[in-house]
Amino acid sequence: MNSPPSAKPFSGIATVLRDVVSRPSGSIGLFLVVFHVLLAILSPLLVPYDYREISSLLMLKPPSPEHWLGNDHLGRDTFSRTLLGGREALLVTGIATPIAVIWGAIVGIYFGLAGGRIDEVLMRVVDAFLSLPWILKMLVLIVTFGTGVEVLIPTLAFFYGIPVIRIARAATHDVVARDFIEAARARGHSRGSIIWNELLPNVRDALLVEGAMRWSWMLLAFSSLSFLGFGVSPPTPDWGLMIADARGFMSFAPWGVLAPVIALSSLIIGINLTADALAKALGIDRAQKAPI
Amino acid sequence: MNDSNSVDLNNQAIPLIDVRDLTVGFVSTKGKSLPVLRNIDLKINAGETLGLVGESGSGKSTLALAAMGYLKRGLFVMNGTSYFASNDMFALSRKELEPLRGGRIALIPQNSGQSLTPTQRIGAQLDEALKLHSDLAPVQHPTRLLELMSQVRLPDPDTIIHRYPHELSGGQQQRVAIAMALAGEPEVLLLDEPTTGLDVTTQAHILELLHDLAAETGMAMIYVSHDLGAIARVCDQVAVMYAGEIVLQGPTRQILRDPAHPYARGLLASIPKLKTASLPRALDGIPPMPGQVENACAFADRCALQEPQCKQSRPALEIISTGERVRCHLYSRARTLPMSAAPNPYNRDIEFNANPVLILNKVAISYNKRSLLEQLLGRASAKAPTVDNITLNLAPGETLGLVGESGSGKSTILKAIAGLLPLHSGDINWRNKGSLPATVDHRTSEQLREIQIIFQNPDESLNPRQTVAEILKQPLKLYYELKGEALRERSEALLDRVRLGAHYMDRLPSQLSGGEKQRVAIARAFAAEPSLVLCDEVTSALDVSVQAAVLDLLSDLRREKNTTYVFVSHDLAVVRALADRVAVLYQGRLCEIGTSEAVYGSISHPYTHVLLEAVLEPDPDVVPKLSSDDIIELSPPEKGCPFQRRCPRKLDANCDTEPPPWRKFTGGHQIRCHLSAEQLLEKPQY
Repeated sequence: MNSPPSAKPFSGIATVLRDVVSRPSGSIGLFLVVFHVLLAILSPLLVPYDYREISSLLMLKPPSPEHWLGNDHLGRDTFSRTLLGGREALLVTGIATPIAVIWGAIVGIYFGLAGGRIDEVLMRVVDAFLSLPWILKMLVLIVTFGTGVEVLIPTLAFFYGIPVIRIARAATHDVVARDFIEAARARGHSRGSIIWNELLPNVRDALLVEGAMRWSWMLLAFSSLSFLGFGVSPPTPDWGLMIADARGFMSFAPWGVLAPVIALSSLIIGINLTADALAKALGIDRAQKAPI
Repeated sequence: MNDSNSVDLNNQAIPLIDVRDLTVGFVSTKGKSLPVLRNIDLKINAGETLGLVGESGSGKSTLALAAMGYLKRGLFVMNGTSYFASNDMFALSRKELEPLRGGRIALIPQNSGQSLTPTQRIGAQLDEALKLHSDLAPVQHPTRLLELMSQVRLPDPDTIIHRYPHELSGGQQQRVAIAMALAGEPEVLLLDEPTTGLDVTTQAHILELLHDLAAETGMAMIYVSHDLGAIARVCDQVAVMYAGEIVLQGPTRQILRDPAHPYARGLLASIPKLKTASLPRALDGIPPMPGQVENACAFADRCALQEPQCKQSRPALEIISTGERVRCHLYSRARTLPMSAAPNPYNRDIEFNANPVLILNKVAISYNKRSLLEQLLGRASAKAPTVDNITLNLAPGETLGLVGESGSGKSTILKAIAGLLPLHSGDINWRNKGSLPATVDHRTSEQLREIQIIFQNPDESLNPRQTVAEILKQPLKLYYELKGEALRERSEALLDRVRLGAHYMDRLPSQLSGGEKQRVAIARAFAAEPSLVLCDEVTSALDVSVQAAVLDLLSDLRREKNTTYVFVSHDLAVVRALADRVAVLYQGRLCEIGTSEAVYGSISHPYTHVLLEAVLEPDPDVVPKLSSDDIIELSPPEKGCPFQRRCPRKLDANCDTEPPPWRKFTGGHQIRCHLSAEQLLEKPQY
């Protein structure tokens, strides 16, 4: 275009990313998230020992030059197991999160638009669902269908999509009352076109931030399930499982607990910081704090 | 300042408020301090009333709050200070300020409905103000409370003290806020746009009250407003602000009649006048951003007199012979600039009897929900419809103004024409081709294209996530299936038609000023090449100078393609500037319809008369008349004339039983009233 330079609209991914990185919380958070994702992908190439290798001689050994983070109660290398321990969790939650956001968004937007009695009824159902402790709901499904990735992904995606319905519906409600939707209706646009062109761009940001938040909650839930023995089965290395195994020896072999705890919390803190910075960069008030 | 707490005692009288060389600024994201108020000097003596006028962003509210020693978050004092009764307001601690604020200086905010606590009864809120700010013993409070309420002329104080804020009308809420401010018998009253957003009649009543209060109590007042009409009514001094500076200050009469500053003259010229049917004169350009102009006149870029020296040095505030203080290098020539509207250059010959484009036939629209019993019995709601019996026709190319107070149903009628609301009964006939389907879902693409609507607030009607190009693309793609190069060309041509350049294409609404946003909204409506454009209060969210430019644009656009307009506004002067015919609505019922000359002329419906009398003009000698109460009616009476309860000319006979007949006058002027044509011709006596 041969027009004078104008301020670039604040909508490109690059601009948002730059804003996120420019905030301390964003740069630290994003670093942690990227670090963990890269580690999950590359860890099989990096680990110094086989995670299955047990040795009676190395049981509960403290950190040493050969085994940086010591060994667990079966003599396995804690460092190797910690590096590998996030893979399963990231894979499961990485697939379940987008599914949760998408189905929650579709339902939320649909009922937000429909309004009226049906919307009221649905929201009460959602409220009822959210009032039950999450672990109870999940255990019911897992006990019925068994553990394993093929059960965990749909289960997590289902339960964590429910709070997304709320967010999507609230965001839709805010937008539908505004005149630009009325203007589009008066022009005679189809319902699909109004949703796609007028509505979605305005609820997208809220969903993005909500998605990031859901991801961190889901990771926590996944690790908790593993901790309780309903997630990953041994001998697959997993942080939740490692914490469960090592907690009995915490008083004299604390490294066994500390290593997975630090790994898991740094990832969750990283996601939360990124979500926070993202919310600020997109100008969203992230008041939503309650877990499901 | 080194002599921070001492005051120059050489002055005979110590001013109550003394703002000295005050510069207030904020730190930009780039770390620079940018001033929003620059070198303000202002003195107010006891009993004086000063109006602060300026457009949005001129710093008028910031200045008024700074006089109270208060700055909004992020602002700080860069230089100078403000004294109140010899106290340096920015040197006092929070504790020392407490008895001053709210007690000796009281503030009345713009929207008092929002500043009252919604869960507390009016009496309790007033009592709290008394506890905090008066020395009276608690036993005396109830008496004082009633005294205050009668002072602000709240009807029936005994019931009102038991009410909650939401049970009061906007005007009553404002009165309660004034009563609270008066609780501590303040020496200075700060009013921040106290009547903005109220209906004309309510506004006139509140101003009358403020005017009388100032005279009775001898309080000093600082009245902040964008409305010179309101200032004319209340203030004896006016300070005009522009880009954070006082550019002109002087006696109200002088400033309103013949100001010495080019900006003040431009501002006056941009106000639509009730008495003239011509378009107001627009001020081109936009004010500078904070920090943009340092050593130059801030108004230079928009000034018709501009000379090289205006860009080279900043003019000082000089006192001139007429008693004005003016900040202009060329003030001696400023008085040559016009202050009134330009005569209308175009003759509008509308054949009102030509084949109408649109006919509304006994249209009724109802918001009432049917009760459970009515639903069970399959009956219609027993309540009268919100809008009823509207019969109108629109000649091709004409502009019909719809006026009335809030709740008169004017926007409702527009929405029904646009197909956004279903009709209760009656029908809308389009181009003599039979009735138009009631809602958008059933209209043809051609019908949808030909009728376009422009909304009041462009912040709401433009999608904040779409660039200007995307906004214009919506109708162009929908109606003309334009793509690629053709789409870009048409969008650029449209931007050109609304006097915006092609470089606006990539901007988001948040990067545009209010006037620019409304132009984009207008461009979007005209993208459809409509034959009927529905304008819903399109200028009421804009500053006056911007409003004038938008009116001018709308006038040019209708000439190009002979577009028909329905122009809704609560502002009678704005309607006067644009409309060929005017219809007056009260409670969703038509009261009067006729050419603008006729409706604004000497014969009118009592309601129109009340409205016209209450309009504020920027003229100190025009006193609005209050010929009717400012009570707000929530629903029309079940029988008789809708205006019966407020009518100053109500007859004993059948006003409250029979619907009034239409009285016909020459030129299609019709008035719906029980008064006979002869009685309507007489000048009302009250």
